[in-house]
Amino acid sequence: MHPALERRRHLLDFAVRSLARRPTKNLGLVVVYALVVFLLASVMLFGSAIRREAGTLLAEGPEITAQAMVMGRHDLARTADVEALRGLRGVRRVEPRLWGYLWDTAGAANYTLMVPLASDAAHRVAKGKAIVGEGVARARKLAVGKMLFLVSPSGKFLKTTVAAILPASTALVSSDLVLVEESDFRAFFELPAEVWTDVALSVTNPAEVKTVAEKAALRLPGFRFVTRSDMARTAEALFSWREGFALALLAGGLLAFVILAFDKASGLSAEEKREIGILKAIGWETSDVIALKLWEGGLVSGFAFLVGVVAAWGHVFFFSAGLLEPVLKGWATLYPRLALEPSIDALELATLGVLTVVPYIAAILVPVWRTASTDPDAVMR
Amino acid sequence: MIELSGLTKIYNQGKANRVEALRGVDLAIADGRVTVLRGPSGSGKTTLLTLVGCLARPTTGRIRIDGEIVSGLPERFLTEVRRRTFGFVFQRFNLVRGLSALDNVMLPAFPLGVAHARLKEKAFALLDHFGVAERAALPVESLSGGEAQRVAIARALINDPTVVIADEPTASLDGERVAQFLAIAEDLKRSGKTVLITSHDPRITHAEIVDTLVTMADGRIVEEAA
Repeated sequence: MHPALERRRHLLDFAVRSLARRPTKNLGLVVVYALVVFLLASVMLFGSAIRREAGTLLAEGPEITAQAMVMGRHDLARTADVEALRGLRGVRRVEPRLWGYLWDTAGAANYTLMVPLASDAAHRVAKGKAIVGEGVARARKLAVGKMLFLVSPSGKFLKTTVAAILPASTALVSSDLVLVEESDFRAFFELPAEVWTDVALSVTNPAEVKTVAEKAALRLPGFRFVTRSDMARTAEALFSWREGFALALLAGGLLAFVILAFDKASGLSAEEKREIGILKAIGWETSDVIALKLWEGGLVSGFAFLVGVVAAWGHVFFFSAGLLEPVLKGWATLYPRLALEPSIDALELATLGVLTVVPYIAAILVPVWRTASTDPDAVMR
Repeated sequence: MIELSGLTKIYNQGKANRVEALRGVDLAIADGRVTVLRGPSGSGKTTLLTLVGCLARPTTGRIRIDGEIVSGLPERFLTEVRRRTFGFVFQRFNLVRGLSALDNVMLPAFPLGVAHARLKEKAFALLDHFGVAERAALPVESLSGGEAQRVAIARALINDPTVVIADEPTASLDGERVAQFLAIAEDLKRSGKTVLITSHDPRITHAEIVDTLVTMADGRIVEEAA
């Protein structure tokens, strides 16, 4: 083996044995370190995974949603408005939608009742039937074939049989959903036949979504036209805000860890200083001592980083980030139990490394360099 | 040949606890001989030893080794001189706790990139030479004083230095161990190494192997006898 490689091997061997000489201290450090990495990595992995998930799900939604507005608030659309949009150039399909919210006292949760779009053959519901989201099924202990009773605020009853439960993979947007047939919906909410909650628009050329939305706004000035990219931005902002909030909460823990690392590194014990003096006295260069301490720090931080990231990965992608769920997904009773698609983002890992490994290594280097560059006699005294 | 001229060393200069440890020392240490520095505690003999061994720098004065001035060398080059020229046996041995005797002996050679198997073989041979091979795998804190000293001597020799420096090597040893140390010193001398010892132990200062006896007091050399 080349002497330079052999030298590295010796230093690495010695670093491992040095760490093993203080097992309690170093194990404690690794545990705290790994915990900090685990928490930060969990937030980062979950935040990006849920944004990615939201983006994928939104991609299946309408390109433009038209909402009637009165005094700045959402109002019902009329069939005449729907017809006015149909003739618009560049619009491929116009589908009025019916949906509304219902507070369910039995489930102690808010549901979204919706009539499937005419073009959505996969979710067509017969009269007296319902398709429910995973969260609703969980809250009401429902299964296919079971009865679902709902009571409107005015006291109207809706008696349905569960025809299907929506897959958990769509839970981010469907957890609280109850799909019912149009006449059931109108009867339940006492809604006249000529009104709709909003209108979904599909365009012929996706590149012209913005132009079509502008033209539609000229035709129906009392309407708000929300594009899919607007929705994606809102979702991105929402989850980024939650991620930022969680990171802010964790910042205290991170700071405590940095202080611990700095204290551990800068506060070289008399024994550690003496050892550095001995190594210098027996012929080690300052760079050899620094290389040794970098190996030690690298092993501690690398191992803690690996353990923290792997644990966070498992926590997020296999245990749905149970520890952080309420903070990151929201506080709703029916927050979704979706299984996130496992993935690794190199940039995120690098960011996490910069946040956790670099401060630790930097905290080690300065005091070691200071001690190692002092005359061995002075250090050993 | 190691030549010292006008060597002074002041600790804590400019502070209230300023100590003038050496006050102008001139000395020539011949190659292949045993030189002993003696004197009472605080006479400056250990300080002189650390300066000769490049473990510290003089406040003023020059140190020449084989004609090359080393006292003003930058740290990197000084380390190279230290590694190439000197092997140290410290008063309290300064072995690294938690490591085995064998690892301690190998330690000075780690930065040189010597092949592990060859280094281990050499270290083991040294321990065997000094009669502590059977203790090679034990952590150094479990060794007796005499054993620890022999491990420290083996460590000092691993890089084949030309000068072996020993600071108060018999301070904690009984008569038998002192005799063993003197035998080792004689062995080193026979192999052509320069041996520099500080001691106020008469068993060392009056030993036959000593070629030069330097007496120090109050930071100065007061007598040099061949």
